[in-house]
Amino acid sequence: MNNCSQDTKVTAKNVNVWYGDNHAIKDVSVDISDRMVTAFIGPSGCGKSTFLRCLNRMNDTIPTCRVEGELCLDGEDIHDARVDPVELRARVGMVFQKPNPFPKSIYENVAYGPRIHGLARSRAELDEIVEKSLRRAALWDEVKDRLQAPGTGLSGGQQQRLCIARAVATGPEVLLMDEPASALDPIATAQIEELIDELGRSIAVVIVTHSMQQAARVSQRTAFFHLGDLVEYGETDQIFTNPADSRTEAYITGRIG
Amino acid sequence: MSAPNKSLFTPGPRTRARNRAEARFRASGLAAILAALAFLTGLMGIILHDGAPAFRQAFVTLTVELPEERLDPNGNRDPADLARVTTFKYAPLLDAALLRALEEAGAENPFAKAKKLRALLSKGAPAQLRARVLAEPELIGGSLTMRFLASARADGYLKGRVTRESLARERKFTPAHLDVADALLGSGLLESRFNLAFLTGSDASESRPEAAGIGTAALGSLAMMLVVLALALPIGVAASVYLEEFAPQNRLTDLIEVNIANLAAVPSIVFGILGLALFIQFAGLPQSAPLVGGLVLTLMTLPTIIISTRAALRAVPPSIREAALGVGASRMQTVFHHVLPLAMPGILTGTIIGLAQALGETAPLLLIGMIGFVATNPPASPAEAFLAPNSAMPAQIYEWARRADPAWYERAWGGIILLIGFLLAMNLAAILLRRRFERRW
Ligand SMILES: Nc1ncnc2c1ncn2[C@@H]1O[C@H](COP(=O)(O)OP(=O)(O)OP(=O)(O)O)[C@@H](O)[C@H]1O
Ligand SMILES: [Mg+2]
Repeated sequence: MNNCSQDTKVTAKNVNVWYGDNHAIKDVSVDISDRMVTAFIGPSGCGKSTFLRCLNRMNDTIPTCRVEGELCLDGEDIHDARVDPVELRARVGMVFQKPNPFPKSIYENVAYGPRIHGLARSRAELDEIVEKSLRRAALWDEVKDRLQAPGTGLSGGQQQRLCIARAVATGPEVLLMDEPASALDPIATAQIEELIDELGRSIAVVIVTHSMQQAARVSQRTAFFHLGDLVEYGETDQIFTNPADSRTEAYITGRIG
Repeated sequence: MSAPNKSLFTPGPRTRARNRAEARFRASGLAAILAALAFLTGLMGIILHDGAPAFRQAFVTLTVELPEERLDPNGNRDPADLARVTTFKYAPLLDAALLRALEEAGAENPFAKAKKLRALLSKGAPAQLRARVLAEPELIGGSLTMRFLASARADGYLKGRVTRESLARERKFTPAHLDVADALLGSGLLESRFNLAFLTGSDASESRPEAAGIGTAALGSLAMMLVVLALALPIGVAASVYLEEFAPQNRLTDLIEVNIANLAAVPSIVFGILGLALFIQFAGLPQSAPLVGGLVLTLMTLPTIIISTRAALRAVPPSIREAALGVGASRMQTVFHHVLPLAMPGILTGTIIGLAQALGETAPLLLIGMIGFVATNPPASPAEAFLAPNSAMPAQIYEWARRADPAWYERAWGGIILLIGFLLAMNLAAILLRRRFERRW
């Protein structure tokens, strides 16, 4: 019984999520296209992170969390018994809302993913991946002289970029980014948005953001969540210029949130 | 805020009250620390004061004639013939040597018979001489200058434990012996020196406290600690990792958890009798063997290690696990690459605490027969170190403390110094290991 569509990267159909008795996601259906940036917006606590974590089965690790509904990657049900969540997560990368670098060196943070997936055949190749990932995350210039320093010793914004570098180092097909620029200054934010833009040309990127301008700048499609409901989902231009739902309009013009 | 004269330079009444409370709390904390320190220094002072003499021992240097007609009547130096000569033949040689030493010191033998002088020497002195002669038969026919263990009484006299008054009612060792000791002291033949044999030797029979050492029992303790480390650490860590990272949360795991917590509170003597029934009576392992002691102590240490390891694992922030899973690491990779290294300092601390507890444990050892006097020789081979009957330091100390002669009491304190030394070394190792792992983050 596989009725997932083939032309989109990720399909979610009638997804419901509960934390114990708390119904956090209510009957959400979304198609996320390949080679495109999709933005999730909505007030705090509306379930953006929860839904994002469904897409790589990160919610499996929370004992109280229950996910129902159909979620497909490339037309394959990710909850199928044959699916190894480890394999899934290698293909669907994630940048978490709270920066969580490993308490290891900066180099090791980025190199860990490629190493366990066998992406580099030599040390030089690994060095190259690390440098490229750190450059893409706009962190290279700041850390190139102290790659062996602990990743946890970086500033909050630097840690956030380190986590982005770690996520892109494994070359995922889908990248889930939960507020990746929340602690960044305007210059670093611009660089990260450039990265998102570039990534969006080749893979599917989903980004959660609280900045309307950011959503408008980087995404082609936008989904607006409110209290666990998917209120509106469509072309970003249309959502920001001509929202269909009054709650969307109220949120983007700053009246609810 | 209502006070009109608000200046930063004069704290308000609430602030002052809070500051006073804080000062009181700090003072009481400091007092608690000082009290604990006072206890500790008092304890260490007593231990060092009472135990230090055990590391020194009185020796008598004697020149002994070794007449051939007495030690090798056949004159052929055949080892078999030499071995047939018992210590009874050697003892009079020592009497004569003592008599000569006394003459050289310009004193007279206060006793009718030279034999009475023998009480100055350890009962093991003739055996000491015999062993030397058997090892070097060419000495026979000449004379030999050698250092002999003095008796515990003579040793006690040098340490101030034995006085003329305390000897008033003794028959074998009388105040007259002390006159002889004084004479030998004067000529430098009787002296107190560092006693290596206390650190390397074995327990001795009840009448020879001067010859007893704790070395063999320390080897027994070491063998047990190796068994505990080799079994309890891997089993404990594996069990904790499984329970904490892999096991589903259900009734069964709850039950296991409660049971582990209860096991940690079971009195050690229960583990002793369990070990007796399980390892010796049922499994047929040798009695009094450090291997069995180690197994019993492993049972005892496991709950401690599991509890502290689980606490250490739980203290690793979940975000680290998420980060590893998020880049596609498997659960096992997550545990071994990220969680365990972070938990290592806590695991090590728990393990060392468990080992230290096991090192000081006496009661279960008594039940499986690891009593003080079972080993009179150090183990001859590594296998024997685990399988031959032996004791352990605390059981040896307990055994000595029960014996009547005050010389044994002194040795018990000396053993305690060594035991505490072991514990300090283990704690030091724990601190160093923890540093190493913490720096590796
Ligand atoms: N681990 C959890 N256990 C229980 N409830 C949770 C958990 N995580 C989230 N929730 C609940 O689920 C709902 C949605 O939370 P979620 O984190 O998805 O919100 P969000 O949209 O990401 O908010 P924010 O913008 O503040 O990050 C909230 O009501 C929250 O309380
Ligand atoms: Mg969130």
